[in-house]
Amino acid sequence: MRPNLILHVVAKFVIPLIMLFALYVQFHGDFGPGGGFQAGVIFSAAIILYALVFGLDAAEKIIPADWLSKLAALGVVLYAGVGLVSLFLGGNYLDYSPLGSNQVAGQHLGILLVELGVGITVASVMLILYFAFAGRGRE
Amino acid sequence: MIDIIINVTLMAFLAITAIAIVRLTNLFAIVMLYGIFSLLSAGLFVVMDAPDVAFTEAAVGAGISTVLMLATLALVKRPQKPFYAEAPRAHRAWLPLIVVVITGSALVYGTWDIPGFGSPDAPAQTHVARYYIDNAMQDTGVPNVVTAVLASYRGFDTLGEVVVVYTAAIAVLLLIGGKRLKTRKTRKHEGESDEA
Repeated sequence: MRPNLILHVVAKFVIPLIMLFALYVQFHGDFGPGGGFQAGVIFSAAIILYALVFGLDAAEKIIPADWLSKLAALGVVLYAGVGLVSLFLGGNYLDYSPLGSNQVAGQHLGILLVELGVGITVASVMLILYFAFAGRGRE
Repeated sequence: MIDIIINVTLMAFLAITAIAIVRLTNLFAIVMLYGIFSLLSAGLFVVMDAPDVAFTEAAVGAGISTVLMLATLALVKRPQKPFYAEAPRAHRAWLPLIVVVITGSALVYGTWDIPGFGSPDAPAQTHVARYYIDNAMQDTGVPNVVTAVLASYRGFDTLGEVVVVYTAAIAVLLLIGGKRLKTRKTRKHEGESDEA
């Protein structure tokens, strides 16, 4: 592929902004629109843009494919684990109130962790899908 | 008033895009129009005060799925729809039109019973939504009710959704990803070396 200077410069400028916006959507989802699903997709979009511009091999150097499958599982485990922890602290499964000193603090911590789990899983699953499709065409 | 103008404009663009998708035969252009269709739907969701849904539609519908469809197009390497000039015509041209008109009028008839948009008497608003709106802030301390419902009140549903997303990744990896590609590759290379 012929290197395209404008594309490279613009991508390098935009990718950090997309990642920052993804983190904002992830951790500001309690207060504004957004949450784990949206943040995960936006974060994976940044890496997919990197893969589109700089090639699949360069993108796989950032996040190796075998990490991705582990990260996808980690998100689900984090979500289900928060439920188990609240179960062992004396609440119902996925009832976050016992996690904190009072109900609101517990709910806040639980929602934050659960959304983080969702974000990790969605981001890595989207990247797995993209790498699977794009890697197929590579000879 | 301004809402109506934006709604009508967006709906008109949606209809134009949909007709263009049906009429075109270039798959690359169709994929790009799918992306535009998703972006227009996202705009409609914003007008309906559903920014969370609009977010998802814009990111997934206009972003990721367009990229995935382009990747698939690059894989199959056929930019045109298959052209069935030779195939026998099993039906007359007016038959699909009648089916579409009957289905469309049935759907429009169905909308007559739907309560007005955002009406407080609508069944969707009178069941648990009222409780969530009244109590979400003091129960969870989270100002965004959508997040409170999604992650806390309906935590089980969201756990199920995450597992579904994870299962989708496993299915794609089993079908087209990972090891099978490598074995096929090595077999191909072996075949080449044998021929040489």
